[in-house]
Amino acid sequence: MVKTPAAKPERKPPAKSVSAVLPEEGSNHPRPRDPQRHEATQDELLHFYKEMLLIRRFEERAGQLYGLGLIGGFCHLYIGQEAVAVGLQSALTPGRDSVITGYRDHGHMLAYGIDPKVIMAELTGRGAGISRGKGGSMHMFSTEHKFYGGHGIVGAQVPLGAGLAFGHKYTEDGGVCMAYFGDGAANQGQVYESFNMAALWKLPIIFVIENNGYAMGTKVSRSSAETEFYRRGDSFRIPGMQVNGMDVLEVRGAAEAALEYVRGGNGPLLMELKTYRYRGHSMSDPAKYRSREEVQNMKDTSDPIEAAKAELLKMGVTEETLKSIDKDIRKTVSEAADFAETSPEPDPSDLYTDVLVEQY
Amino acid sequence: MAEVMQDYATSEATNEGAADQTATKTMNMIEAINSAMDVMMDRDPDVVIMGEDVGYFGGVFRCTAGLQAKHGKTRVFDTPISECGIVGVAVGMGAYGLRPVPEIQFADYIYPGIDQLISEAARLRYRSAGEFIAPITVRSPFGGGIFGGQTHSQSPESLFTHVSGLKTVIPSTPYDAKGLLISAIEDNDPVIFFEPKRIYNGPFTGYYDRPVEPWSKHAASKVPTGHYRIPLGKANIVRAGEALTILAYGTMVHVAQAVVEANGVDAEVIDLRTLLPLDIETIEASVKKTGRCLIVHEATRTSGFGAELSALVQERCFYHLEAPVERVTGFDTPYPHSLEWAYFPGPIRIGRAIAKIMKD
Ligand SMILES: Cc1ncc(C[n+]2csc(CCOP(=O)(O)OP(=O)(O)O)c2C)c(N)n1
Ligand SMILES: [Mg+2]
Repeated sequence: MVKTPAAKPERKPPAKSVSAVLPEEGSNHPRPRDPQRHEATQDELLHFYKEMLLIRRFEERAGQLYGLGLIGGFCHLYIGQEAVAVGLQSALTPGRDSVITGYRDHGHMLAYGIDPKVIMAELTGRGAGISRGKGGSMHMFSTEHKFYGGHGIVGAQVPLGAGLAFGHKYTEDGGVCMAYFGDGAANQGQVYESFNMAALWKLPIIFVIENNGYAMGTKVSRSSAETEFYRRGDSFRIPGMQVNGMDVLEVRGAAEAALEYVRGGNGPLLMELKTYRYRGHSMSDPAKYRSREEVQNMKDTSDPIEAAKAELLKMGVTEETLKSIDKDIRKTVSEAADFAETSPEPDPSDLYTDVLVEQY
Repeated sequence: MAEVMQDYATSEATNEGAADQTATKTMNMIEAINSAMDVMMDRDPDVVIMGEDVGYFGGVFRCTAGLQAKHGKTRVFDTPISECGIVGVAVGMGAYGLRPVPEIQFADYIYPGIDQLISEAARLRYRSAGEFIAPITVRSPFGGGIFGGQTHSQSPESLFTHVSGLKTVIPSTPYDAKGLLISAIEDNDPVIFFEPKRIYNGPFTGYYDRPVEPWSKHAASKVPTGHYRIPLGKANIVRAGEALTILAYGTMVHVAQAVVEANGVDAEVIDLRTLLPLDIETIEASVKKTGRCLIVHEATRTSGFGAELSALVQERCFYHLEAPVERVTGFDTPYPHSLEWAYFPGPIRIGRAIAKIMKD
């Protein structure tokens, strides 16, 4: 079964030129409003909590399966960064907005409500995986959710994101693209080519820099001349926002302000989310570049899930409710893991499909 | 400056092979590569090492471990994740008289730098009529067999052999790796030095279900601790034979040898060591002797280096051939995440090809 894109809708080219130029030289460029921390209802916060917890438990399990040799090659866990994907994605309009990211992509997929089973089965390289075992951990996609991957080459997804945003503008579908990349990826040249084009053509895109402090073993300060990443768009007149990425409600609030700005036709916006990854870069990372204390301190003082939990308890949610949530999530994750372990590998003939439309 | 450098490689007593090297040490391929750079940094103050995570961290495969501590941060330094910039800056440094040895963390990440390699590094000498040169050595781990999927397993060597103005070197043992890397660094032209990462720690035979032998059990792990060269453009007959000629490089040298041992066929196995310049004389003499030729590489088949080899053998040995030239290669697909051993051109496919050639 070959995945084919959905039938093309009838459409005319847009009436206005997509490549509308910048405002008059010297004019005041608009700025987004100051973001407010989102005031969540109990239900809303419970929902965010569940999503973050699902990501964490899923990733813990993926780490275990890797240790058991059931997942091979490269696998990058999202533990610690959960509030970013959950906070941002929750503000998007499903079916309208698009998302693209790098190789640390499990969390973004889960935050989109994609079935954990097919994600886990992709990690174990099974035919039932979302890329039918051909992509692996770093390369997962869901056109249904307008999730455009999952890209292993650092920074390469950023121009693609600008292209998706061009598509939103061209088809006048009102969508915004959210293009995620890391602090390390922010040093790739193609990122700045994308910034320029996105600003020049006022594309509806939010560039999201997940600044977790490290690119593999390289601390931000050792690789970046400008470590305040939200300022990286300055010379393209792309306004920037720096956000506490360890607080899901701050992330959500900032996302709303950002979306308002971009949907208002003002062109791109850059968000820097300050976050932290607890685990190694990938599964084979000796983590000698940072101290145990540094990691422990982040876990103790800034954990996004613990913070949400404390807030929920304060709102009157009982320990029991939270426990039963955890139990349910563990069950979901176990089922995904069982599925990923027991479903068969793809057929060898599958190696030849999806290279081009036809087979040669 | 350029003239001074023209004489560089011949200005010192050439120490081909290890004839008068007394001190040797058992090294795996990583240590041998490390030692080559260390020796060259001791000898030549213009040699500098740069790349992602090569300094502080010592390289993701540890090839540059300890070099920053010994030679200082000015000569061994980390770069941002900017492959285009890394290669381009190295070319400029080379033109100014330095001898940079940039590392591209995986061959799969060399593509952002390919413009600089092709349009600048490879062409600088020609378009300046020898005035400016780019004596850089781009080191990069390549090849599969490590469950790396499509972004950590590729063998892009033929992209580079297709470009006039570049040399392409691929070692298959610790001993060769050190001698070839020293020659590459001393060479006054840009050299692409691909390191078969599957055999960094031991000579993989393609029988993936058997334990891997460490290099220490292999004669080629006795590596002189000092300076020696293996000339670029000289192939190595790793096994003499009369029945057929097998041409291979990198990991596949070991796979081919293992199959030959297992089958008992009297094959001559030639390790090309450098693809460009190519030691066509050794190949020609061998094929004229055996009348049969099998070419093995991991890279995809169409327009792979095997196609060039096959054409050359046909042009030069046509009247001596007793069977069509055969190729065992990677399939013409991206490198898959699952089914690696179905994809890898391993012993079964090589065995089949040998049987076919010998029957004709
Ligand atoms: C073009 C390219 N260069 C290098 C790599 C190797 N690599 C993979 S992830 C990574 C670090 C990226 O760090 P960052 O962008 O901060 O993202 P994080 O891993 O922190 O999420 C590197 C160097 C790659 N995949 N692609
Ligand atoms: Mg990072």
